[in-house]
Amino acid sequence: MKPMGRLVWPVVFGYAFLYVPIMLLIVYSFNASRLVTVWGGWSVKWYVSLWSNQQLIDAALLSLRIAAVTATLSVVLGTMAGLILARFGRFRGRTVFGGLITAPLVMPDVIIGLSLLLLFVSLEQLIGWPAGRGATTITLAHMTFAMAYVAVVVQSRLTSLDRSLEEAAMDLGARPTKVFFVITVPIIAPAIVAGWLLAFTLSLDDLVIASFVSGPGASTLPMVVFSSVRLGVSPEINALATIIIALVTVGIAVAGLLSARPAASPTP
Amino acid sequence: MSVLLAFGRFLYRSAWAWLIAVPFGWLLLFFLVPFLFVLKISLAQSVLALPPFTALAAWVADPAFEEYRLDITIHLTSYVRLVSDSLYVAAYLNSIKIASIATGLCLVIAYPMAYGIARATPRWRNVLLLLIILPFWTSFLIRVYAWMGILKQNGLMNNVLVWLGVVDQPVQFLYTEFAIYLGITYSYLPFMVLPLYATLEKLDRSLLEAAADLGCRPFRAFATITLPLSMPGVIAGSLLVFIPAVGEFVIPELLGGASTLMIGKVLWNEFFANRDWPMASAVAIALLVILVVPMAAFQHMLLKQREANTP
Repeated sequence: MKPMGRLVWPVVFGYAFLYVPIMLLIVYSFNASRLVTVWGGWSVKWYVSLWSNQQLIDAALLSLRIAAVTATLSVVLGTMAGLILARFGRFRGRTVFGGLITAPLVMPDVIIGLSLLLLFVSLEQLIGWPAGRGATTITLAHMTFAMAYVAVVVQSRLTSLDRSLEEAAMDLGARPTKVFFVITVPIIAPAIVAGWLLAFTLSLDDLVIASFVSGPGASTLPMVVFSSVRLGVSPEINALATIIIALVTVGIAVAGLLSARPAASPTP
Repeated sequence: MSVLLAFGRFLYRSAWAWLIAVPFGWLLLFFLVPFLFVLKISLAQSVLALPPFTALAAWVADPAFEEYRLDITIHLTSYVRLVSDSLYVAAYLNSIKIASIATGLCLVIAYPMAYGIARATPRWRNVLLLLIILPFWTSFLIRVYAWMGILKQNGLMNNVLVWLGVVDQPVQFLYTEFAIYLGITYSYLPFMVLPLYATLEKLDRSLLEAAADLGCRPFRAFATITLPLSMPGVIAGSLLVFIPAVGEFVIPELLGGASTLMIGKVLWNEFFANRDWPMASAVAIALLVILVVPMAAFQHMLLKQREANTP
């Protein structure tokens, strides 16, 4: 750590700031006491009681279903968008397209949520679709912002690769679709996997947009967690948080192992 | 033969056209068009009906009086309330203030971190970067919630402070503006570190060495070389934190008190508590107007970056 010199201390502080709250959450999920801040010995009873919370389990299953569909469809749309941004040079409307694809990255959730709800309500009035609101409208809304993230990930992967493989295949007479599926897709596969995981977690995590576009009967996991957290800290939520963190860490580790090797290139 | 070639070329082009049309069309329908509806409904009036707002246009056809007309009614009620009721103006100003301060705090914490990571050995660098990205993947809601347990009356922060003898009795941290600053800084820190790292990593170290050889003090070298060269990262990171922080809802709702006004919370309450859709829409339009300049700056920067990357 010599090269960091005196910077070691702010770096250590920064990481402590990032990780201490998460560590505390995990430790207190094993606390036997109902009072979250009073230590009453080790226990796994909150994990057990989580199992019998039917509302929470239903919400988790709904969220997982929405996240899986969202991730899969937004990978398709996002890859197309990323391909256009990286490989199309200049075309009419490129600036508008680039703006449209990156705007959801910073647009406040409340605006996206409200605007999509008003769209869905107005569309239902005009053409009768989508009939009512629920899992379908949440999925459509999540796809819209998740595809932006996928597009950025795919685009940055595409621009960092040279095009000679694709050009060679074209020169040898392969059709564009064949080139795409045989050459381009395998090359950008790590970005597609990363994009899928990113879209999945973004969808699983979203509270605000889902609250706007959801209807009666469709409560996602963040919505249920939020309504319970509003009333204060509860050990059951700590247990749930720990499970989510554990799953994410395992997922990242697996994805990291899969994508680290081909992406490892010396920095100029 | 040339006709066939031309037809082939047309097919090829139209295949690319389809490739553009699908995501472009999707974004038009689900991202751009919705804003037109927000604008439309912000000009309506709240009524007890389903959906709870008046129609913009009504077609009146009365053959008996040979009366055919299109009535377009624009209500400015919501906008008048927006400027006349001091609650909204205060909420806007407060949101901008809170977002600015939190962006500054992020910058102060993130800059030395990013600089340290950029100077670490390559093996350490990858680990440190992964550790920056990891919290971003864990639930945002849960990370905010983690602070509730730390900041509450008998939470860890107060226990530690009392034990150290800094304070005599627990201090109110949770449900204050301080808690909001902490929450935003904590949640958005990775967004500041990553763009800063990206520019600091590319920094040519020989410039600093040359400055040192010529007798320049480290602090002055930092101020005249490192800081100006890292400005793109500073701006990118600040925009990535500031823009979403202005419209933040979850953090002020969970960590802030009832008296702390932020515009995202006001919008949410207009919509969910008061069921006043036109007012919520007007608040959203005004929020967009505020954010248009920073967002355009963000787009401009991304575009410049993209131009630099594409051959």
